[in-house]
Amino acid sequence: MDKHSWAWIHRFASPPYLYRVAGLLTPWFAWSSLLLMAIGLYGGLWTSPPDYQQGDGFRIIYIHVPSAYLSMMCYGLVAAASAIGLIWRLKLAHAVATAAAPIGASFTFLALVTGSLWGKPMWGTYWVWDARLTSELILLFLYFGFIALGRAYEDFRSGDRAAAVLALVGVVNLPIIHYSVVWWSSLHQGSTRFFGTDAEIATSMLIPLLLMLVGFTCLFAACLLKRIQVEILERERNAAWIAEVLT
Amino acid sequence: MSRALSAIVGRDLRLAYRHRGELATPVIFFVMVASLFPLGLSPRPELLSSIAAGVVWVAALLAGLIGQQTLFKSDFEDGSLEQLLLGPLPLEAVVLMRVTTHWLTTGLPIVILSPLMGLLMAYPSEAMGTLILSLTLGTAVLSLLGAVGAALTVGLRQGGMLMPVLTLPLAVPVLIFGAQAAAQAAHGEDPAGALYLLAAMLVLGITLAPFAIAAALRVSLES
Amino acid sequence: MKSLHEFLTMGGYAAYVWPAYAIAVIVVAVNAVAPSLRLRKLKAEIKARGAAK
Repeated sequence: MDKHSWAWIHRFASPPYLYRVAGLLTPWFAWSSLLLMAIGLYGGLWTSPPDYQQGDGFRIIYIHVPSAYLSMMCYGLVAAASAIGLIWRLKLAHAVATAAAPIGASFTFLALVTGSLWGKPMWGTYWVWDARLTSELILLFLYFGFIALGRAYEDFRSGDRAAAVLALVGVVNLPIIHYSVVWWSSLHQGSTRFFGTDAEIATSMLIPLLLMLVGFTCLFAACLLKRIQVEILERERNAAWIAEVLT
Repeated sequence: MSRALSAIVGRDLRLAYRHRGELATPVIFFVMVASLFPLGLSPRPELLSSIAAGVVWVAALLAGLIGQQTLFKSDFEDGSLEQLLLGPLPLEAVVLMRVTTHWLTTGLPIVILSPLMGLLMAYPSEAMGTLILSLTLGTAVLSLLGAVGAALTVGLRQGGMLMPVLTLPLAVPVLIFGAQAAAQAAHGEDPAGALYLLAAMLVLGITLAPFAIAAALRVSLES
Repeated sequence: MKSLHEFLTMGGYAAYVWPAYAIAVIVVAVNAVAPSLRLRKLKAEIKARGAAK
């Protein structure tokens, strides 16, 4: 293996480079997300037929599933960035984790609210202590803890590292929390299902859903890059290169 | 090394004994929280016995965590934590000893008092053994988790309220399995599964938590 | 294809589907706008400090 083939990756450890790349990439992600979501919503809300069991109520799926997926993916990203930051003492990795956490928390909130709005016509009540909703709620608490701990420190470096330790403890705990909640809810009520016994999804539904998943991911990327720029400026406001970039 | 570690345990226990008034606070808190439920709900024995396991468990969880907010505070402020960090002993072993003494001084009294709370909550006396066993395993895991939260917030002036916010979501599995074991025993079911899972969490906690606690203390000491 | 009426009433589920989408739009908009505003403010602050030096 050529030693230099991985050299490009080190450039991402340099704040000016990452700041510039983030600025260049943001519009691409933002526009592709808008385009994908527009097509996905057209397919999902207009052309696809109503579900044979749930009528038009199932159409919440096009935002509920992508936001639930993002909420979990984002916690993984926060934990991975935190681990990189702690192990290699890479300050930029902490900036990425700090930038990702509020976005993850907002999508967790969105998954909870849409799940609850979907639950009302399906279960007859806004909130059921269903395994997935409960896990999402605890995930939201974990995000709150991470954000609150990072901000509680006056100095960035300590806050970053303390929050990173918490993120790693959280990510070890997350599977245990999830399975304990699944086990608990199966004891109390049996698992609730959005789809009937057959979990098969019609193609006319699946394609818009996939488009929305990719669209939400692009949206997440655009928001994340923007927030990374903010975090870099916050941390490097006294660096010489900042003045050059801004003039 | 074991002599030095037992000296630390001895010092912590002596310190705890000198401040025994403070030690009673979490235990009193535990008894009080559990007594609030009959007042807030209704004293009907059939209602109380149906929620007893959960109430005793939630009260033990809150009392344990709140008693732990200041676990490293005095050592942090008087500089002895820094001495331990610089000393020859691995910090991981030192914090494990520290958590052990904390459990002996707060977790164990709560476990010992739990049958009394079970009695007040009309918990069936034939299931009391399971309640005690589940609390013994569970409070030990909670001591480990709480120590992570306490270590992360020790350097903060407003760490008091933050520490339970960080720790409570992580404590959810302990509460679920612990309260479930106690409830299953009360219904005459076999609680072995939940107890084994609690024991597994304790083993996992003893293995991993000392590293997290030590890392958190290093972060707090650097700042 | 269906009618605009069916689309707007969502087969009787309008009270759940449209609020869900409205909240999604709000969350997405806040996520998109908040960092941009913060970035602009930070840039202005840093520039103002640079000019003062």
